[in-house]
Amino acid sequence: MSFDVDLTKRLGEAEIACRIEAGEGLTVLFGPSGAGKTSVLNMVAGLVEPDAGHVRVAGETLFDGGAGLDVPVAERRAGYVFQEPRLFPHLRVRSNLLYGRRADDGLDVDETIALLGIAHLLDRWPRTLSGGEARRVAIGRALLSDPRFLLLDEPLSSLDRARREEIMTLIERLRDTMKLPILMVTHDREEAARLGTRIVEI
Amino acid sequence: MTPELWGIVWLSLKVGGVAVLGCLPVAFALAWLLARGRFPGKLLLDGLVHLPLVVPPVVTGWLLLLAFAPAGPIGSWLESWFGVSVLFRWTGAAIASAVMALPLMVRAMRLSIEAVDRRLEQAAATLGAGRWRVFASVTLPLSLPGVLAGTVLGFARALGEFGATITFVSSVPGETQTLPLAIYAALQIPGGEAQVLRLAGISVLLSLAALLVSELIARRAGRGLHVL
Repeated sequence: MSFDVDLTKRLGEAEIACRIEAGEGLTVLFGPSGAGKTSVLNMVAGLVEPDAGHVRVAGETLFDGGAGLDVPVAERRAGYVFQEPRLFPHLRVRSNLLYGRRADDGLDVDETIALLGIAHLLDRWPRTLSGGEARRVAIGRALLSDPRFLLLDEPLSSLDRARREEIMTLIERLRDTMKLPILMVTHDREEAARLGTRIVEI
Repeated sequence: MTPELWGIVWLSLKVGGVAVLGCLPVAFALAWLLARGRFPGKLLLDGLVHLPLVVPPVVTGWLLLLAFAPAGPIGSWLESWFGVSVLFRWTGAAIASAVMALPLMVRAMRLSIEAVDRRLEQAAATLGAGRWRVFASVTLPLSLPGVLAGTVLGFARALGEFGATITFVSSVPGETQTLPLAIYAALQIPGGEAQVLRLAGISVLLSLAALLVSELIARRAGRGLHVL
């Protein structure tokens, strides 16, 4: 079981309840804007603490409300690609990519950079990147942190058609070759159908 | 410039510099607490930090005098542990300047810490950075321009300190007589106008330079550039 998530969270007026039991591949979290999809990703990443429930990823328990277990964000090793790139503005692309790099190597750096087609951007500052470039760098930064699982929040939003196709192909490649559990949020049915091994509606 | 004039300028720079450097870590810690902390009494701490900004400087000086007097709580401690007293010394003038510069420095630093995008800190955490690394590699560099601007502003304020200093450590030529105090002393002497004019001119130039530096740093920060 790659994602075994069952949690509830009250955020103001709204109550988020989410249950995911997913096997290998890419699990799409599908639903309209404002349904709390991003909140679910934040809870899996450990940025938001659920009120109750549990989060288990690839057999490891990251949160268990009953047992009082809450693994700190930095130790969960989530490769989180946020809806906005969130690149560090004071670091060049290269330093951004290597920020989460661990001594024990995961993916090969050069291969990953080539895969993402960002080799020509390494010495640039984040503010000089286009939306699609920044998105690819953000994906690269997450991948190179040697993550145990990937969280993708609307990775295709605000991209033009050509870039969407590029990133979609990339996600398919990640899904099929890396064997990492992936949890992806989208509100686009076509995207969900094409990329998802399974779809969870919220 | 006469050696006497140089002495006054040098003393002022020394007092202001030591005051601001000593104040820096305290101001940053307070700014951090006020920007990020959630604790009871936060409003009270905020008020206390800002007190030197609104209380008459002569009152601040008098309170410092009470605290650092040989029988005072801090003075007796300094005396018994280190055998030193800051009264009538340039170190005392630096302490007075530091206390008066503190509110300005805390304000500027607090704003710059609050302006750091928390989402970047979250991103750093998901990439495996613990609290200290997040602070050192994201929060601190991003708030650095504001911290530097606040420090320069505090320095300008320290250079202009008068009321608290003269009350606390008096006006001892060569020891506690900084620029503003020397100007005041020159005003008391018949025929001292030429000296006043020179000192006032230097004072304006130094303050203007400090303000310009502070403004330049703030502008660079506004453009989203890295300062260092």
